[in-house]
Amino acid sequence: MAFLVDDTRETLHKPAPRPFWRSLGELEQTPEFLERLHREFPVAASEWLEDVEPGAAKNPGLSRRNFLTLMGAGLSLMGLTGCTTRKPDAKIVPYVIQPEQIVPGKPIFYASALNVNGAAHGVIVETHEGRPTKIEGNPNHPASLGATNIWMQAAVLGLYDPDRSQVVAQLGGSSVSTWDKFQSAIAPMLAAKLQNGGSGMRVLSEPIVSPTLAAQAQALKRRFPNLKWHVFSPTDRGNVREGAKQTFGQPRNVVYAFDKADVVVALDSDFLIDEPGSLRYSRQFVDRRRVRKDRPEMNRLYVVESARTITGAMADHRVPTTPDAIERIANAIASGVRGGMRNTLDETTEKFVRALVDDLKQAGKFALVIAGEYQPPQVHRLCHEINAALGAVGNTVLYTDPIDAGSVDANASLAELVHDMNAGSVDLLVMLGGNPVYNAPADLDFASAMGKVATNVHLGLYEDETSFLSQWHLPQTHPLEEWSDLRAFDGTVSIVQPMIAPLYEGRSVHEVLAILLGDAARSGHEIVRGHWAEQHKDNFDFWWDKSLHDGLIEDSALPPRESNRTQAANTTAPSSQPAPAGFRITFRPDPSIGDGAWANNAWLQELPKPISKLTWDNAAYVSRATAQKLEVEEGGTIRVKYAGRELAGVPVIVVPGQPADVITLHLGYGRTRAGKIGTKLGFNAYALRTSDAPWFGAGATVTRDDADYELAVTQEHQLMHGREIVRPVSIAELRARYASAETTRAEGANVEHPKTVPLTLYNPDEWENKGNKWGMVIDQTACTGCNACVVACYAENNVPTVGKEQVIRNREMAWLRIDTYFSAADAEETEPAANPETYFQPMLCQHCETAPCELVCPVGATTHSAEGLNEMTYNRCVGTRYCSNNCPYKVRRFNYLEYNGEVSQTQAMQKNPDVTVRQRGVMEKCSYCVQRINLARIDAKKQGREHGLVREGEVLTACQQSCPTQAIVFGNLNDPQSQVKKLKEEPTNYGLLTELNTEPRTTYLERVRNPNPAMKS
Amino acid sequence: MAQIFHPSMNTVARASIFGAIFVLGAAAWVAARIYSSPYVTEQYVAREQPVPFSHEHHVTGLGLDCRYCHTSVEDSHFAGVPPTQTCMTCHSQVWTNAEMLEPVRASFRENKPLAWTRVHALPDYVFFNHSIHVAKGIGCSTCHGQVDKMPLMWQNATLHMQWCLDCHRDPEKYIRPKDQVFNMAWPAGQKDWDQKTRGAALVAEYHVNKVQLDNCSVCHR
Repeated sequence: MAFLVDDTRETLHKPAPRPFWRSLGELEQTPEFLERLHREFPVAASEWLEDVEPGAAKNPGLSRRNFLTLMGAGLSLMGLTGCTTRKPDAKIVPYVIQPEQIVPGKPIFYASALNVNGAAHGVIVETHEGRPTKIEGNPNHPASLGATNIWMQAAVLGLYDPDRSQVVAQLGGSSVSTWDKFQSAIAPMLAAKLQNGGSGMRVLSEPIVSPTLAAQAQALKRRFPNLKWHVFSPTDRGNVREGAKQTFGQPRNVVYAFDKADVVVALDSDFLIDEPGSLRYSRQFVDRRRVRKDRPEMNRLYVVESARTITGAMADHRVPTTPDAIERIANAIASGVRGGMRNTLDETTEKFVRALVDDLKQAGKFALVIAGEYQPPQVHRLCHEINAALGAVGNTVLYTDPIDAGSVDANASLAELVHDMNAGSVDLLVMLGGNPVYNAPADLDFASAMGKVATNVHLGLYEDETSFLSQWHLPQTHPLEEWSDLRAFDGTVSIVQPMIAPLYEGRSVHEVLAILLGDAARSGHEIVRGHWAEQHKDNFDFWWDKSLHDGLIEDSALPPRESNRTQAANTTAPSSQPAPAGFRITFRPDPSIGDGAWANNAWLQELPKPISKLTWDNAAYVSRATAQKLEVEEGGTIRVKYAGRELAGVPVIVVPGQPADVITLHLGYGRTRAGKIGTKLGFNAYALRTSDAPWFGAGATVTRDDADYELAVTQEHQLMHGREIVRPVSIAELRARYASAETTRAEGANVEHPKTVPLTLYNPDEWENKGNKWGMVIDQTACTGCNACVVACYAENNVPTVGKEQVIRNREMAWLRIDTYFSAADAEETEPAANPETYFQPMLCQHCETAPCELVCPVGATTHSAEGLNEMTYNRCVGTRYCSNNCPYKVRRFNYLEYNGEVSQTQAMQKNPDVTVRQRGVMEKCSYCVQRINLARIDAKKQGREHGLVREGEVLTACQQSCPTQAIVFGNLNDPQSQVKKLKEEPTNYGLLTELNTEPRTTYLERVRNPNPAMKS
Repeated sequence: MAQIFHPSMNTVARASIFGAIFVLGAAAWVAARIYSSPYVTEQYVAREQPVPFSHEHHVTGLGLDCRYCHTSVEDSHFAGVPPTQTCMTCHSQVWTNAEMLEPVRASFRENKPLAWTRVHALPDYVFFNHSIHVAKGIGCSTCHGQVDKMPLMWQNATLHMQWCLDCHRDPEKYIRPKDQVFNMAWPAGQKDWDQKTRGAALVAEYHVNKVQLDNCSVCHR
């Protein structure tokens, strides 16, 4: 055995060929980092040391006497638990009349749609005896393709939020009222408005993507001809809309076909997460990147960006730059594509653009240039021009009619409204959703304008900042409680159907509009069904049932429209402008809680944001160079002066790859009335945002602030001692590997493994189960780091959230995390943190065949199943935490406190009834969704299949099902036809830390990159 | 100075030292007995119900099948407790004035469900599935006892994990032909039924995967 030990030790100590690091602390090997590295439970180990003042005693901490006192008390209290031996009386409460479809104990699935990123995403909702517990994507819906994003997953928690507004409230939520009182109060006002045609009456809503709502808005305008309908959303895609309008002379909706794109250039576009069609785009984009033995081809992505996004992390070439420089680059690309590039760029960028233009020209109509909503209309015009010049229009880019009714520019619309309010010409303002007091541009000062309106009515899910200043607050139904309809990114219409009767006294937007239309008795169901009954007269009942069942209306996508550019974009404008002085500010919706509407959602708050791994806060993202310039470190704060406004005490987080001199501020935090969870977290970046520059601006003065601020960042949690676990490979290297026929498992990559045969004394055939043998493969080339799987795991497995203070103590409970590694492309790079390559690695229990955790459990609480699962039996666990100590992957999470103890009655309804709700003092971890496996196996056994053999596709883990790019593949390794088995035979397949003889059932496919050979790095 | 202890005390001291072992042993035995006694497990304890429903009367007397009321026993993990409507299929016609049945009528009248006391309660960390047991030839009476002889329902087994494992380790001892699952009297009336050999044959025939049955995750997850 000695030689083996030596081998292993050698592997462990062999320096990785290229340094990968998780955080700047690791890069610099700071003392704080090393401390964290060597102590897995840093806080628990010194539980009672903390309260002792430094220097108070020679031997601080717990004395032997105190230790014995606590120990004795603990033992006797433990004995007391034995006193309740008799089971409490439980009741079974059956139905009086059982609904026909319900089989007690079996879930029912319904199709519906949710409005995320301003458009419909088709969902399938799992309900148990009438309570929705889990949301999955609808495979037939074009915007979902079966996948979900974090917001779709988190919507089910929002439904049960006990902080939602429950009753009608009058003036600032202080006085409880009723719908009847509201209706009798508004009736005389409406009667007066009918006399004058609705002068002085305004409606403010979010952009309208519901056909029924659009029809109701039309009807309202007919009833009150002088009424004006305004639209506002802080994340409105005004730049996209305006760019198309300027180019084509009329509003156009832009739809991309990434499945046809060989070369993609993203200019400040985070198309993998924040486009209305992001889930579809992610799938199509990644489908072109799945490199397999028989298909060694992939697309190429260039990203030029002024912030840090997951799209940038997926890029083969990423250029971090200032937001204003992107227009110059777009100009250069446009002129280059037309021939004869005008040079207004610095030397490096110019070289980059020349190579990029060559690549684009070569791809021709299979190229795609996409501008993000954060860039001004001019950049969008340039992109339309470039795509047209390349011939990509009609192939990778399609234009349709707009999906939002009226296609109104939100900022202009709100500015007009505020102007009229200040002028005193508005006396009745009805706000249907939205929260303009919190998120309207700071220069408009919506709150004070509201003071000049006699009656403000606000419909909302929460009694928020806007409700507080309104005369009437009306509770809104949650999307899972109401009838409605929505258009998707391509115009496809879905009917939204309720999964549960409203928990509180909420009404939908449609029902509130019915009050204004003088038809208060009509239910949401009648309104929506009535709208569609008018359009589909023949065989309507069948059509309606089918549309509900399918989750979408057949053939309702908007057809592509021939679009002629009316005028060429002006490509000369910005070339001679000098670069503005000072720091640039870029605003972005928060990666987790968006524009702030999700602020009270604990799953999203605790979700580590991609790349920075920050939880429970927002912070100013700065580069290391900027931090040094400002003499501020992580945990310090800055004071930002921008456009005449000032924000002090802004915490700083140093993010590798953040563009120099650009400070990214995320919107959505600093809420004052969000609810118990979201209130008073972070700072409010809206306070700096103006209506003329919604996404970026220059000339910010930034100085160091004295205050300290503790951030909960999980980047350095669960470290793995710098062992070599991320392995990038370029497509060129991979082709060479295929060619050299050296395609056996895990070899030929950039490290040689000492162990290629299993080190076991047993004959594996003796004990191995002949039925299912579960395994998983995670394709790191496909993982975009979008976090959907993490939230899906929270929802499926009843994973508790722990709060900011506990996250700081390394106690977050997520069973699945996405580790982010950085590495400078060039090892010689002087500033490795300037623009490192970024690697995402979803990390969950590896279900080792020879699991180190199982050996050390003193009570047999973690064992191995015949199908190869590493089982965790909570009722046996006594909480020694030895298993976690011995786990090389650091995937076990310990329940320190009664995190599930304080869930409200409504939140308890969200819990998955098929999974134990764990109490404190037990270890937990990924189970490969054993509840789903068991149900699938029971079904298989009931059908009489031998060994309970589960067929491919009959069981999907929650993470696998949610993944937009199908990066996670799970299945039966005994089935030679299963996808997972085939992937395990790919030459890019490798297991993590296999030199420890753990034999993990989860393996990874190497991250394949496709750099342009014409470019260095 | 006079002796405080009489010499016989030596014997008492020795006896008490050795006796302590027996005392502790006895205490442990008593504790174990109490733990598995009906006082704790509620085995054989007839539970009070809102309506004194008699399985004996409905099954033996009237010949109702188990599945007339426990409809989902073959589909779901939960066998199902009948909605009031099921009771009323007969009791809207028979015993319409019986005072004993007033709670049932009241439930139907006022649309308020009956709240039955649970007789077989497993801890929340145990995920038992009726449908698979029924599908693999484990009869109702194996766990629930001869329900057709129970005027009021009681729990027939300890429901301890040891009791579960007794069958999960050796299903041969309890398995029966699938068509006999709902036979309350099984195996009475069967000629020459040899559980040992026939049980092993059925385990093979029904593809009962014995290596898997004592995996923790089969019941705990």
